Parts: sequence; structure tokens; C-alpha cells
Amino acid sequence: MTEIFPRPAFTPTTRFAVPGRIAVSGRAAALWQTATLTEIRRETPLAATFRFSVPAWAGHLPGQHLMLRLTADDGYVAQRHYSIASAPDDSGHIELTLDHVEGGEVSGWFHGVAKPGDEVEVRGPLSGFFAWPGDRPALLIGAGSGVVPLMSMVRHHRARDLRVPLRLLVSARSPQELIYARELGAETTPVFTRSAPEGVPVGRVAAAHVAPLLAEQPPGGWEAYVCGSNAFAEHASRLLLEAGQPVDRIRIERFG
Amino acid sequence: MHVTRGFTGRPRVHNPGLPPGQYDAGDEWPVLSAEVTPDLTPADWSFRVDGLVEKPRTWDWAQAHELAASAYEGDIHCVTSWSKFGVRFGGVSLDTFLDVVRPHGSATHAVAYSHTGYTTNLPLADLTGGRAWIAWEYDGKPLAPEHGGPARLLVPHLYFWKSAKWIAGLRILDHDEPGFWEQNGYHARGNPWQEQRYSGD
Ligand SMILES: Cc1cc2nc3c(=O)[nH]c(=O)nc-3n(C[C@H](O)[C@H](O)[C@H](O)COP(=O)(O)OP(=O)(O)OC[C@H]3O[C@@H](n4cnc5c(N)ncnc54)[C@H](O)[C@@H]3O)c2cc1C
Repeated sequence: MTEIFPRPAFTPTTRFAVPGRIAVSGRAAALWQTATLTEIRRETPLAATFRFSVPAWAGHLPGQHLMLRLTADDGYVAQRHYSIASAPDDSGHIELTLDHVEGGEVSGWFHGVAKPGDEVEVRGPLSGFFAWPGDRPALLIGAGSGVVPLMSMVRHHRARDLRVPLRLLVSARSPQELIYARELGAETTPVFTRSAPEGVPVGRVAAAHVAPLLAEQPPGGWEAYVCGSNAFAEHASRLLLEAGQPVDRIRIERFG
Repeated sequence: MHVTRGFTGRPRVHNPGLPPGQYDAGDEWPVLSAEVTPDLTPADWSFRVDGLVEKPRTWDWAQAHELAASAYEGDIHCVTSWSKFGVRFGGVSLDTFLDVVRPHGSATHAVAYSHTGYTTNLPLADLTGGRAWIAWEYDGKPLAPEHGGPARLLVPHLYFWKSAKWIAGLRILDHDEPGFWEQNGYHARGNPWQEQRYSGD
């Protein structure tokens, strides 16, 4: 074996180094709090929004998630991560939107058993990485329930009447399965993969959807936020790279 | 304990291998990286160990493969709550690399960094004694890019964010220096048996 040193200092070949966007309070993240379910709103045949009262909630930024746990009477615990759907200004309340996963332990309880008055435990908000403080132009791409943290950003943008550019590209199987359909506005381009309204093409998110968004370069460029299944995240982040989005300005949240 | 009305959970078999708060992901292997999967081929890959060592050294793919092979067979645990049992990784024990560079007596910690710029910190004691690997095979096949291929760090007794994908090197230090997730609220060490998930744990 030959020694090959000294070598120049390491420089990453691709620049990930996407810094976290905010400092996360270790204290808030470590503390389990009781969240009381106050309301259930159906979004689509498979997804519903669960509104909770969490009086001591420390607040969050759009894009952050929390950890939720359910406990059975023999002490068995199931915990899962969920993105926060509501905007930060909903003081003392948070909303989550859950897909009903077939055979799912936690989402199955929410969709089959939960009713207002029930209590669960949450800790958070967690991770400052996917957070969007509302400062930089944001290009949001999501699929299925991946739209949840992105909707928190859209809601924040509206609630604060922010002028910074914001665009949402969202993929759903059909118009019936498009979560938050009635709230989406001019900032949104929906893409349907199985069935679409008359005259709208059916297909996956493609270069042709991403190109016009990247052609429109706001001052300082886009901060891209991609959220969904791993397969979708891989696909969408590739499209962004191929369309010229810098790799260190793509943030990804994978639901597994 | 705060019992959730009507929650029974799945029928469960007691599994002593499952750390608290984890579930068995079965055949699934979720992918949880915040970054874009890089296009990194074995020809682009290298692994460097420097910092507080006597002989800093960089290995390329072929040189690393000349070292004595070492395998890990066992379980892995991700902070997002899944665990995966009986996985098989192939590569080289980190001890083999460290034996070449010889860390100074003052060395206590390491920062692992990836070809993407991702970083994570580890106590040196968690990287030695046959508990850490540079792994390039999974189940007898080349490690897939989204799981960190061509090669990743493997520290199976800690939460998996410590097992840096697309590993590029280790910088040996005499102090702890938080890495990417650790600066974003995650625990400095990440022991799944003590549920060291977030910085307050
Ligand atoms: C950061 C983050 C944010 C997230 N945000 C959201 C969100 O906003 N909304 C959302 O809906 N989801 C979100 N998720 C996904 C969420 O955490 C859960 O994975 C999802 O709700 C499924 O959990 P579950 O307990 O219902 O299903 P699980 O019980 O975990 O099951 C998942 C799958 O495995 C199968 N399975 C596994 N083991 C068994 C078994 N023993 N028996 C039968 N079936 C089994 C199930 O059939 C199912 O298909 C997020 C994930 C992450 C990491």
C-alpha cells in the first residue's frame, strides 16, 4: 500500500451543506405534551385533518414536524412523525393531516377510532431543516400527503400576506384525492397521475412542469422544498437538478 | 403513562431486540435523507482519515478493497422509529483503517463527513472495538445509492443518522463537534436503547 498524502483539504463534490433554517429548542423537542383532539375534517376519501388543542405549544415554523405517540393500556407505545399542517399563528392549536394507510397502526387508530375529546401525546416541533421562515422565494413540490408541510407554508404566506414568491406543484392520483383542493389557489399547479378533469393531461410530475417554474427566477433564486414518498422525492429532486436548481438549495422531507 | 382510548396496537410478540419506541419495519428499508442522492461512482469515491492522527491517509476504492474484509450481521435502528432485523453488510472494519492512521492519545471524537457535505459526530469509542464499518455491500450486493452507496459508514449500535451515507472521511478530534442533524436538534450520541433522539433527551 502506498501512502498518498498530503492531500488538499477535503471539498465536497456536491455541495449539500444545506444549513438548518432555524435553531430548534431542545427543551420543546424533548417534552411530551398532551394534545386534545377538537375537530376532524375530511379532506379526501383517504385523508382527514385532525385539529388539536395543545395549550402550551411553543409554536413552530411552516415545514416542521412533530412526533406523536399512542399508548395501549398494557404500556405498548407506537410513535410516528407527522408534519404540521397548520400555520404558526393558530395559537394553542395544531393540525395534522393523515393518510389512512392500509393496515396502519397509528393512522388506522386516527381514521377508525379517534373522536373529539380524545387525547394523544406529541413532542416538538422537531427539525429546523425543512422549515421555511417565509423569507426566501419558495418552490414547493409535493405528492400525496407530502403536501401537508407545504400547505403550512402556503397558509403562512397567506395569513401574513407575504409578498415573497411562492409556488406549489402538487401531485395527486385524481382530483378527488387532492388534499386541500378547495384551499389551493393561483400559486398551485396540480398534476394528476391516474385521472384528471376533462382536458387536463394525466401523468407524473415531469420536466415540463418544473421548467416554467425555474424559468421564472425570483431575486435570490428559489429555495426548493420537496416532500413525499422516497420514490417521489428521488424523482422530483432529479427533475429540479436537471432543470438547473442548485443542489444545495433543495430540501427534502421523505415520509419513509 | 397516558393511555390512548381505544388504542390496542398491533398484536405483538415480545421482541427483546427492539429498542424502546421502535417498530419492526420487516422487509422495508425506508430512505430518510434530507439531501439529493448524489451521482457517486466507485471511481469518484475515496475515504480519508485525518485530524489528530499520526499518518493521515486517503484510500481510493481499489485500495480500500485490498484491506481485510469484515461483515456485520445484525440489527439497525433509525430515529424515525423503524428497526430492521438481521441485515447483512459487507465492507471493512473501521479498526483496520484506524490501525493505519494511528489516532493520537488525546483523540476522543470524530466528525464523519460525506461526499455530499453531510456531517455527523461520534465519540471515538463508538467507532472502535469492532463496532463500526465502512460498508459497500448489502445482502451480498453493492449498496444502493439511496442507502449510501457506493460506501457508507455503519455504526449499527447507534441511531442510523450516525451511519453517514456516501462517506468521504473522518476527522479525528479531541473534542465533540456537532454535525448536521446534531445542530438541528438531534442528540449528540444517539443510543437507541436509551432513546437519545433529540438534544433534550
Ligand atoms: C418527517 C415525517 C413526516 C410525516 N408526515 C406525515 C403526514 O403529514 N401525514 C401522513 O399521513 N404521514 C406522514 N408521515 C408518515 C407517518 O409517520 C407514518 O409512517 C404513517 O402514518 C403510517 O403509520 P401507521 O402507524 O399508520 O402505519 P404502520 O403501522 O407503520 O404501517 C405502515 C405500512 O406497513 C405495513 N405493516 C407494517 N408492519 C405491519 C404488521 N405487523 N402488520 C400489518 N401491516 C404492517 C402496513 O400495512 C402499512 O402499509 C411522515 C413521516 C415522516 C418521517
